[in-house]
Amino acid sequence: MTKILKNSNWFNIVVPMIAVLLGLLVGAIIMLLTGYNPILAYQSILESVFLQPYYTGETIRAIIPLILTGLAVAFAFRTGLFNIGVEGQLLVGWFSAVAVSIMFSGLPKLILLPLAILVSALAGGLWGFIPGLLKARLKVHEVIITIMMNYVALYTTNYLIKHFLYAEGEKTPNIPESASLASTLLSNISQGSRLHWGIIVALLAAVFVWFLLWRTTKGYELRAVGYNPHASRYAGMNVNNNIVLSMVISGALAGVAGSMEGLGTYQYMMINSTFIGIGFNGIAVALLGMNTSIGVIIGATLFAILQTGSITMQSTAGVPTEIVSIIIAVIIFFIGSSYIIRWCLLRLTKGGK
Amino acid sequence: MLKKKMMALATVVAIAGTLLSACGGASSSDNSSKKEKKVKIGMVTDLGGVNDKSFNQSAWEGLQSFAKKNDLSAGTKTDDDVRYLQSTQATDYTPNLNQLIHQNFNLVFGVGYLMAGDMTKVAQQNPKANLAIIDSAIVDKSNKPLKNVASITFKEEQGSFLVGVVAGLTTKTNKIGFVGGINSELIKKFENGFKAGVKSVNPKAEIYSQYAGAFDAPDKGQAIAATMYGKGADIIYQAAGATGNGVFTEAKSEKKDGKKVWVIGVDRDQYEEGLPENVTLTSMVKRVDKAVNDVSQQTKDGHFPGGQILSFGLKEDGVGIASSKQNVSKDIINQVNGYKEKIIDGSIKVPTTDKEFKAFKS
Repeated sequence: MTKILKNSNWFNIVVPMIAVLLGLLVGAIIMLLTGYNPILAYQSILESVFLQPYYTGETIRAIIPLILTGLAVAFAFRTGLFNIGVEGQLLVGWFSAVAVSIMFSGLPKLILLPLAILVSALAGGLWGFIPGLLKARLKVHEVIITIMMNYVALYTTNYLIKHFLYAEGEKTPNIPESASLASTLLSNISQGSRLHWGIIVALLAAVFVWFLLWRTTKGYELRAVGYNPHASRYAGMNVNNNIVLSMVISGALAGVAGSMEGLGTYQYMMINSTFIGIGFNGIAVALLGMNTSIGVIIGATLFAILQTGSITMQSTAGVPTEIVSIIIAVIIFFIGSSYIIRWCLLRLTKGGK
Repeated sequence: MLKKKMMALATVVAIAGTLLSACGGASSSDNSSKKEKKVKIGMVTDLGGVNDKSFNQSAWEGLQSFAKKNDLSAGTKTDDDVRYLQSTQATDYTPNLNQLIHQNFNLVFGVGYLMAGDMTKVAQQNPKANLAIIDSAIVDKSNKPLKNVASITFKEEQGSFLVGVVAGLTTKTNKIGFVGGINSELIKKFENGFKAGVKSVNPKAEIYSQYAGAFDAPDKGQAIAATMYGKGADIIYQAAGATGNGVFTEAKSEKKDGKKVWVIGVDRDQYEEGLPENVTLTSMVKRVDKAVNDVSQQTKDGHFPGGQILSFGLKEDGVGIASSKQNVSKDIINQVNGYKEKIIDGSIKVPTTDKEFKAFKS
């Protein structure tokens, strides 16, 4: 057992799993204390997500943007940057994708759809470029800038929708069919859910991130900067350029996440009175996934299950959505405090010697 | 050392296990036997939630009274005949509506026009389901109402006109505020009806209008109210859902500081929201509860008004002035009743849009 735990790969898998289990356990205790039946609640999640095609579809749909925002956060983490601005980058990406597809609605699908996704990546990339540049040139802390940029993104997109692309119901008009990722095939096999082809884009992005970070020289440089910027500079790498590049790629991934919501789930963008939270959940997904591509996919899946589950928990087990939010928060708490779990495990095994 | 810790761990797991399993068995047994053909009615709230003290809450109160009258159980439990699902984000609307449809509810209400897009799609995907939406009209591409949706709308401008009359006659500073939720066709009806009411009885009064941009942001409501009271307004009419709760908070703290300010409530009789400082002058009640109750009853009796756009005005008792009238003088009430009759008989046509208001003024 000691050997297994000493092996760091094992540790990386065991710790998040324990965090999730503890989160679910504490959630169960909270439900018991507030008079709800946790077994029924968790059972309703599993039954709906795995046995009812509609909720399976909705869960996979929710996974799509979470993978992309999770990757965005993880990518910046690898270069030693904490990108809190994923939410804002997602919003500008979402808006740009919708705006481009409405403006160029005459183009054929083969051109318009990739164009819209590309533009969303550019917009998100630009939103990441600004804090990246400020960090690299002026040493301004990226956390502060990205948080502020979130607000700029939220209110700018609201303003633009209100004044240039307004339709009844506080939203933009719907995008044309030729820019849509929605699929009647996927919708039909999942009993009318909003599942769309974006899942392929998300999985490709995961492969792209893995390949770039672990199979190219540039990726090696980016990771080296994350481990130790001083050593990297000594080794002749351009640290500043790598910081900017990392923020741009991270922002681009977040922008694409936005286009998934715009071109897939909603087919429009609504005026948001507050943040929608997919970007912030991306931070938790990246933490849970230990900043690896495969980990992010697993983390996104778990979050999506809980999200869809919160709906079925409410309707089939009567648990209010607030409790579900608490459970999600508790899981994040345990992941954040994984150091404690690690310490406990080590103490347990050491004691055995 | 290890043994001790492992023991402790094992105990915890064992205790948790018994706790969990103890509550598993009880609920499932008594479900199947007493299944008569009862009507099941559900509603999906918008982001404001069921305790927003206004719109969603009013709809839920309507369903509760319907349940009481028909001897049905209402609540959040899974076996309740009348229940609601709360939406925490905009993505929840569609799954929540579908959830109730999949559970074979006889009628599902969507509360609020923000749900209109989702409702249209869900209605088209489930042609057999009976749906109803509040504050919006659900139509297909050729602008024909969908057959399986009852659209419930209100003539908010008429009720707002009446509280405008109260405000115009009550103000001492001749400055009056209006706080709206989201600047939209719907809330414009409140604003213009209100302004028309004020101007009819008090042409000199100045009216400040501002929109918070959200129905769920009490902090913004409070900030706007503070500015308006600061500029000398002594009455604010809020049509802003949960955002309006911030207007009440501000009015109460102004009143504690000795200033004489009022709030006019919206959707429900908000007299109690103004206590203990007593800041609610009156309220424009929009009888969402009555409309929800009516449509539920019709559905139960087999006359679901699908494909119809129902419009509740003063005449139908769908909008009006609140029954709590402690803070309004008899004389004003009499004038309000006079205007009410004129609106009902059609001799006053209350404006709904900015354009109509301009025409009304001149």
